[in-house]
Amino acid sequence: MINKQATTTLNTPLQAAAGDVILQVKNLNKHFTEPEDFHVLKQINFTVRQGEFLSIVGKSGCGKSTLLYLLSTMDTDYTGEIFIQGKKLTGQSQEQLAKFRNQHIGFVFQFHFLLPEFSSLKNVMIPAEKLGIYSKSEIQDRAYEKLKLLDMHDHALKQSSKLSGGQAQRVAIARALINDPAIIMGDEPTGNLDSVNTKTVFDILKGLSVNKKQTIISVTHDPEFAAASDRIIEMKDGEIV
Amino acid sequence: MNVNFEIAKTHLLAKKRQTLIAMLGVTFGIGMYILMISFMTGFNEYLEDSMLSSTPDVRIYNDIKTDYNNTLLKYISDSTKTLAVVHHPKPKDIQPNLKNPNAIIADLKSDSRTLAISPQLTTQVFYSNGPVQINGSLQGVNILEETKLTKLNEKMKTGAVESLLTVDNGILMGHGLAKKLNVKVGDLISLTTPKGTSLRLRVVGTFQFGVGTLDNVRSYVSLNKVQQLMGKDNQYITDINIKLKDNTLSKTAAAEYAAKYHYISEDWEKTNASAMVGINIRNTMTVVVSFTLLMVAGFGIYNIMNMTIQNKLKDIAILKAQGFSASDVRQIFLTQSITIGVLGAILGMILGFAMSYGVYSLPFPENEFISITRFPITFHIKHYVFAVVFGVVTTLFAGLFPSIKAGKIDPVAILRG
Repeated sequence: MINKQATTTLNTPLQAAAGDVILQVKNLNKHFTEPEDFHVLKQINFTVRQGEFLSIVGKSGCGKSTLLYLLSTMDTDYTGEIFIQGKKLTGQSQEQLAKFRNQHIGFVFQFHFLLPEFSSLKNVMIPAEKLGIYSKSEIQDRAYEKLKLLDMHDHALKQSSKLSGGQAQRVAIARALINDPAIIMGDEPTGNLDSVNTKTVFDILKGLSVNKKQTIISVTHDPEFAAASDRIIEMKDGEIV
Repeated sequence: MNVNFEIAKTHLLAKKRQTLIAMLGVTFGIGMYILMISFMTGFNEYLEDSMLSSTPDVRIYNDIKTDYNNTLLKYISDSTKTLAVVHHPKPKDIQPNLKNPNAIIADLKSDSRTLAISPQLTTQVFYSNGPVQINGSLQGVNILEETKLTKLNEKMKTGAVESLLTVDNGILMGHGLAKKLNVKVGDLISLTTPKGTSLRLRVVGTFQFGVGTLDNVRSYVSLNKVQQLMGKDNQYITDINIKLKDNTLSKTAAAEYAAKYHYISEDWEKTNASAMVGINIRNTMTVVVSFTLLMVAGFGIYNIMNMTIQNKLKDIAILKAQGFSASDVRQIFLTQSITIGVLGAILGMILGFAMSYGVYSLPFPENEFISITRFPITFHIKHYVFAVVFGVVTTLFAGLFPSIKAGKIDPVAILRG
């Protein structure tokens, strides 16, 4: 079941074929200046190919989450360059980055972060309404489709604050998928879930990478989760080992 | 509907009580503002009205001057060699009347700004009824013109203005004066001038301006009665009182007449300088208090918006992660405060009207000196429009700063926990 099509390209960024590469990181460095100067990411270089299921692992404080948030385009305070789909994102304005995130990146966090006042369906619909490509009824159909994919369509009209943890996380994944992003980023997406739900979430993500060729980049503490993914990047003290 | 507006709407509806409280802050602010401004302008208008009915827009009269430059001294002494001084010169018998009044009146009538022109002859008199003698003033007027000027017909307590035309020796007395003399309509009364002439007149009506200094001293009789009393011809008048169509033109008109007719010409604002100061102070106070009320409402909204944003940090972070930009987030929260502002202001307008109407319906406590029956309240559209505009602008500013802050929130710091 595990697709080993993507070969490891650790620390050899320019080796991969150009058409295949979806994400490329060149000479990435980041410092925290508060409370004192701390070199958190040191000279990071790697590439990720389309459809790859990548896990980033490492001890707390090794910089793996920091790396993920740099890739997410939300944190722009770094030196080096980040390319996604061949487009250089470094140096773009916040407005442009927000637009890019909306269309091309989906997020799943440890906590679901659903908007509590809205129904599951509406939560899934909001990013698509922001994108504004589809009509309202199309968006609704697509949102139902995504919820169905995660087996959550029965709870579509339930207010999101009334869902259980596992259900909420599945709605959150549906929300990440609504705009068919090229990359889905997860910050410990199974960190708050029991083993049954962890398995479900993993299978969903895996299925997306295999069937829909969507790239998954996930930070995780869970060795099983990491082991089952296509490729593991292990970090230590701000460097890839 | 735009997704930003939809989120704003959902936020507002999710916390109905909080939204309502924020709205009520604006509502009370605007409501009280409207009540205050309506009451204050009502009171000012009442005062101005009673002031204007007792003072004409423009008054033309001949000032008594004692001019000693033109003396015989220069013929009897050479001022280059000697210094001649006259101690205590006495004023000569001065005629304080306006010369050729008919020409002036005809000229004023052709001026398109004038509404009514009332020539007058005023003199000091002693009123006596039996042994009681009271000092006062007697105004000889053309009663129909004077009524146009002072709305005397509305100020009548007993009797009617027109009786002055039908009764040969009629007199209209100030209500206070009549009371002091203990006379009623139909009673006879004696007048004596400073020059010693006297006349018996019949009271045909009493009036009340609501101004003690008038009601206790003034009486009206027809112009020729005063001329007769003073032994003057029928051209003899001392004042011309003018009412303009627009009393804000008084100042310029007065200056113009003074230059044209070479008499003193005084506008009502100058005559009532101290009262005008009072009106200005009340207006300033109204503005200050209203501004404070609306500011307090604004701070209320500022607080609530800050609190809402503090509670919604996670939502803001996830929205930003999903591709909402800083300006989207600003729009979401600004929409909320503007909605609160607009709804609050409209409710406030209704509340303000209701309260004003309530006060307007109250009877004013019965009073001898003030001739109003209910509280003076105005209902001006411009006050309502201003209140709503000011209320919305205040809430816009109150919401602006929290919204800008919300737009600047760094999603990474929150999502990482």
